[in-house]
Amino acid sequence: MSAPAQRRIIFQHIDEPGYSNDLACYVKHGGYAVLKKAVTMKPEAIVDEVKQSGLRGRGGAGFPCGFKWTLLDKKSGKPIYLVVNADESEPGTFKDRYILHQDPHQLIEGIMITCFANNVKQAYIYIRGEFPHGARILEQAIAEARAANFCGPNLLGTSYSCEIYVHRGAGAYICGEETGLIESLEGKRPYPRIKPPYFPAVLGLYQCPTIVNNVETLCHVKYILDVGGDAYAKIGTPNNTGTRILCVSGHVQKPGYYEYEVGQITLGQLLNEVCGGPLPGRKFKAVIPGGSSAKVLKFGETFTLKNKDGTSRTLTVEDLPMDFDTLAACGTMGGSGGVIVMDDSTDMVAALANLNAFYAHESCGQCTPCREGSLWMKKITTRMVHDHARVEDGALLKNVADQIAGRTICAFGEACSWPTQSFIAKFGDEFKAYPETKKTAPPAGALELV
Amino acid sequence: MNLKPATLSKIAEVIPHYPTKRSATLPLLHLVQEDLGFISPEAIEWVAAKLELQPINVYEVVTFYPMFRQKPIGRRHIKVCRTLSCALLGGYKTCAAFEQEFNTSTGIGEISPDGEVTIEFVECLASCGTAPVVMIDDELHEKVDGAKAKALSAEIKRAAAQRR
Repeated sequence: MSAPAQRRIIFQHIDEPGYSNDLACYVKHGGYAVLKKAVTMKPEAIVDEVKQSGLRGRGGAGFPCGFKWTLLDKKSGKPIYLVVNADESEPGTFKDRYILHQDPHQLIEGIMITCFANNVKQAYIYIRGEFPHGARILEQAIAEARAANFCGPNLLGTSYSCEIYVHRGAGAYICGEETGLIESLEGKRPYPRIKPPYFPAVLGLYQCPTIVNNVETLCHVKYILDVGGDAYAKIGTPNNTGTRILCVSGHVQKPGYYEYEVGQITLGQLLNEVCGGPLPGRKFKAVIPGGSSAKVLKFGETFTLKNKDGTSRTLTVEDLPMDFDTLAACGTMGGSGGVIVMDDSTDMVAALANLNAFYAHESCGQCTPCREGSLWMKKITTRMVHDHARVEDGALLKNVADQIAGRTICAFGEACSWPTQSFIAKFGDEFKAYPETKKTAPPAGALELV
Repeated sequence: MNLKPATLSKIAEVIPHYPTKRSATLPLLHLVQEDLGFISPEAIEWVAAKLELQPINVYEVVTFYPMFRQKPIGRRHIKVCRTLSCALLGGYKTCAAFEQEFNTSTGIGEISPDGEVTIEFVECLASCGTAPVVMIDDELHEKVDGAKAKALSAEIKRAAAQRR
């Protein structure tokens, strides 16, 4: 079966010749018409449309967006904040970059609809420090939108007012974790908060009710209000609605970003047809399907999943539809949509060492299992690659990883242990054989990974 | 503290964006670093006073976030992405090419002997589809293999020669 066509909703204008990131261009393409419609609606009706749509958050966890909004403590009398997570920091993910740089007004429209629907007092866009141009583009776009009354005081002549401010991060991955992000926005080290009691919907920014949504999610909100929740829910597959931007990187002929209806394209179609298959003379070996934290899949393995009618089906890696639920059932996750591909030239121990170096660098250091565990996993894998490897290293690594997940304040504990756990589970033989492997010279042209 | 008037006016503008002054810590540190090149102990005290905080509140932020630095760097800042997608396509070679061109290493904050650059091997820059990527100051450069690293280095050296 050949790959379905892309369905570009969020990336409709990305890379379109002649499309610029200014207000005039956005309005010419129908921009802010949905916001004009939104302010004539009852806020609860907007929330209902989003709930109806089945939209799940695009940042990584896939939490239902409309439901997240209904958790907001609206009775506290405290102001409500919206924090836009534009910290895009999960390795393998690079979708928000293009929205922020090329189509910022799409995001601003989504933000203002969300603010109006939830009676938000103030919105902050937390953008990663490595996007200095993106921050300037956003500030310019906000100023333009404000001058045209698309945000700021008395939005479109209503009695509702809300400002948007851009807040730059400074290079810390943990700021992508929503409570770490909130701490950072408060001017502190981004140590994630313990939940309960600090659920952002109740005790978020400045201990007030707060929505934290991803950039792509807010763009979907705009589209949902445009077409209606029911129509949106028909896109994709049940419980995995809408489109998803899949970011493909690593060992494929045509890496890049592709937008598809959720679950309509399989991993095999994406990699072999859309991305042109492996590099010349190579075969696919492994793929991380949802950002670097997602558990790795090994080409050749199969998954037996239960159908609703009680029967079961067996799928290869190539057969897997790119949706939230199937990937979760296979023990990994759709996460942030970042697909990292490794071919048969890849030394899996070195690849894991690369990821472990990342997690050791990015652990915030608050919880001992994560701070120490991520560092030891890095030390062990780096030693295996650069010094000497022991037959028992795989078991040792698994032992360390198994003692992190579930014992930390935030999900970084899982994020840093899943790569090690899955690499050992799927490629354990390579780890066992590594002392022998190291005795022979690496193949010509082998790249250093750590 | 010798901050430019433009920096001071941006600082005055950004503080009221937040209901608490402390929230302006990161924005102020960015502005001070852009102006002075790094964040000195004096700057930490100045920011703390400006935001009615203790210097430790600012210092702990400076030491946590990788982008804040307490020492000057070279005239240009080269950041090479180290993380997996870039490494799979030669990120380590790219970094080595820059190091060779400027006769320096990626040791924390090291300045090349000619004073032109500081090279840093950083974590994911979120442009994995165009790996390997490099940021030179605020500019992103895509698909930077060894040859492109040499060409970018030559540009920096040319600009340096013109200035001298």
